[in-house]
Amino acid sequence: MANEKKEWPLWEVFIRAKNGLSHRHAGSVHAPDADIALRHARDTYTRRMEGVSIWVIRSSDIAASDPADAGPIFEPAESKVYRHPTFYVVPDHIKHI
Amino acid sequence: MTANEALFDYALRLGDDALILSQRLGEWCGHAPAIETDLTLTNVALDLIGQAMLLLGYAGEVEGKGRDADKLAFHRDATKYRNCLLVEQPNGDFGRTIARQFIFSTYQRALYQELTRSSDRRLAEIAAKALKETIYHADLAAEWVIRLGDGTEESHERMKAGFEWYWRFVEELFTAEPADAALIGAGIAVDPAKLRAPFDAALAATFAEATLALPKYPRPITGGRKGRHSEHLGHLLAEMQFLPRAYPDAVW
Amino acid sequence: MYTTEMSKNPTQLGPSAAEPPELIEAFEARVANDEFIEPKDWMPEAYRKTLIRQISQHAHSEIVGMLPEGNWITRAPSLRRKAVLLAKVQDEGGHGLYLYSAAETLGTSRDDMIDALHSGKAKYSTIFNYPTLNWADIGAIGWLVDGAAIMNQVPLQRTSYGPYARAMVRVCKEESFHQRQGFEIMMQMAAGTPEQKAMAQDAMDRWWWPALMMFGPPDENSPNTAQSVRWRIKRETNDELRQKFVDVTVPQAQAIGLTVPDPDLKWDEARGHYDYGAIDWDEFWAVVKGEGPVAKERMKARTEAWEKGAWVREAAMAHAAKQAARRQKEAANG
Ligand SMILES: [Fe+2]
Ligand SMILES: [Fe+2]
Ligand SMILES: [Fe+2]
Repeated sequence: MANEKKEWPLWEVFIRAKNGLSHRHAGSVHAPDADIALRHARDTYTRRMEGVSIWVIRSSDIAASDPADAGPIFEPAESKVYRHPTFYVVPDHIKHI
Repeated sequence: MTANEALFDYALRLGDDALILSQRLGEWCGHAPAIETDLTLTNVALDLIGQAMLLLGYAGEVEGKGRDADKLAFHRDATKYRNCLLVEQPNGDFGRTIARQFIFSTYQRALYQELTRSSDRRLAEIAAKALKETIYHADLAAEWVIRLGDGTEESHERMKAGFEWYWRFVEELFTAEPADAALIGAGIAVDPAKLRAPFDAALAATFAEATLALPKYPRPITGGRKGRHSEHLGHLLAEMQFLPRAYPDAVW
Repeated sequence: MYTTEMSKNPTQLGPSAAEPPELIEAFEARVANDEFIEPKDWMPEAYRKTLIRQISQHAHSEIVGMLPEGNWITRAPSLRRKAVLLAKVQDEGGHGLYLYSAAETLGTSRDDMIDALHSGKAKYSTIFNYPTLNWADIGAIGWLVDGAAIMNQVPLQRTSYGPYARAMVRVCKEESFHQRQGFEIMMQMAAGTPEQKAMAQDAMDRWWWPALMMFGPPDENSPNTAQSVRWRIKRETNDELRQKFVDVTVPQAQAIGLTVPDPDLKWDEARGHYDYGAIDWDEFWAVVKGEGPVAKERMKARTEAWEKGAWVREAAMAHAAKQAARRQKEAANG
């Protein structure tokens, strides 16, 4: 990739659709810097009133878990059913619990 | 000129500026330096078409001769167009396009800011809606002036050359027409002389960041507001108006 | 759309010796089970390569596809039509952007994909190598070309590769107005003055067959279909989609009084489908090879835009580097 240095870096775009909701990943844009990345994100991902707030983050700054380690990372939670309310039996005549 | 004719002319000027610049920006569509930039320029063009539709629509109502925005846009010859010379200039390279956008949007932002207080309710409403768009355009253009001015040697030279093309057209933006006096007195129109200070301040701030030297303005070229345009407008209109002119009975 | 295969030879798709069979098996099972594959998941090299080719080809098509319609932006006959067309062509640019981004998650870069397009290594949909000659062409493109594209793209919202599927969801949402605005133009012109009606029919005559070609070569001539369907990067075969397109479009043409330029077109009661005439596949392959009527103009426009924009892209990077250096210096001086 001879062009790597010249190419505008990639940014991940997160949009809050409306207040009260979290920012959600919308896609990516290329931009030379954060300010222009926000503008590119606005012009690309909020043309149809999709958002009230935008985050951008350099894609290369994201640390991600490795799917190859998904077993050790996520499966241990499967055996902890006691973290869920349905694990506990409460007689029918007991209300509001 | 009656008061009504003066108001018609004033609304026409505002609408023609927006229309002609959107036409120019539309020429970029599909040809910009990056896909993202393409979407950006198109968004500005779309905002300006929207403004043109409102302003020319209002001009037609004021005139009261049954001409709507399309009639005014597509069935008027160059001498009847009232836009400033700045907006009809060919795009040139991206630097020149950004220079034009910076000058125009910075002026238009100051203008709309004042016009939101117009005693003409319709103009005030249109200005309030358009102001939000225009603030964005002016900031966007300033950001690019800074990046190109303070980028590479080549971009600095191109940004400089882009502005050099336009300095002679700046004075026109801040010059009132004789018929405006009554409109300004009635609080309908904005006195353009009042817009010069905020324009100069914004320009100085951006140019400092962009490492660009402040302009030495040459002898101004004016005439657009009176229908005396550059050679470019005729060609622009010939292209833009071709279909409705060639098929006057057709509805599209 | 534009996911058409454009190679006559099957891609070498057999498992490579270096790939562990148990990983391949697990991968195939996940895909067969309708699961999504995400960027960091293990995937066979052939899957990755096929996807990069298909997604980048699709992205190129969106970007080159801005040109034929862009040709009429400055001549749109009303302010409303101008705004609609600008917004539509802008959407296509956005589609290209979403798709390039999806392909980038597979380990390629946008610059490399664009280089491949400009050097002629990468293909794009044949349809955009035809000229737009009158205003009704804008109607015909929205109605027929976007119509064909939508037909191809809707099933791809469930394609096996997550980023591609998500890009297609966004694309399909935006496409919905494209076909309608095109049909509206055609409908208006078909009901307009005699000159307008002639323009509409002329556009129909020129765009009908290229639109049918958009679905790609006939199934017996489509070497990668089986593999692509199994991997869910293609959901229906070329001929199935083409038939569907003919079946929905012919009644629309009839409803607005336009003639489909196919003397062999007739309703087949027994099949419950329209029979249509033979497609000129020689023309198709010639256009694929870059011999389309305005292929040279399209590539020239794209490469020129890219080359003329180089100084802008470089300047912005140079400015970002200067800013970063200034910030670092400030931090050091505390
Ligand atoms: Fe598409
Ligand atoms: Fe598209
Ligand atoms: Fe489309």
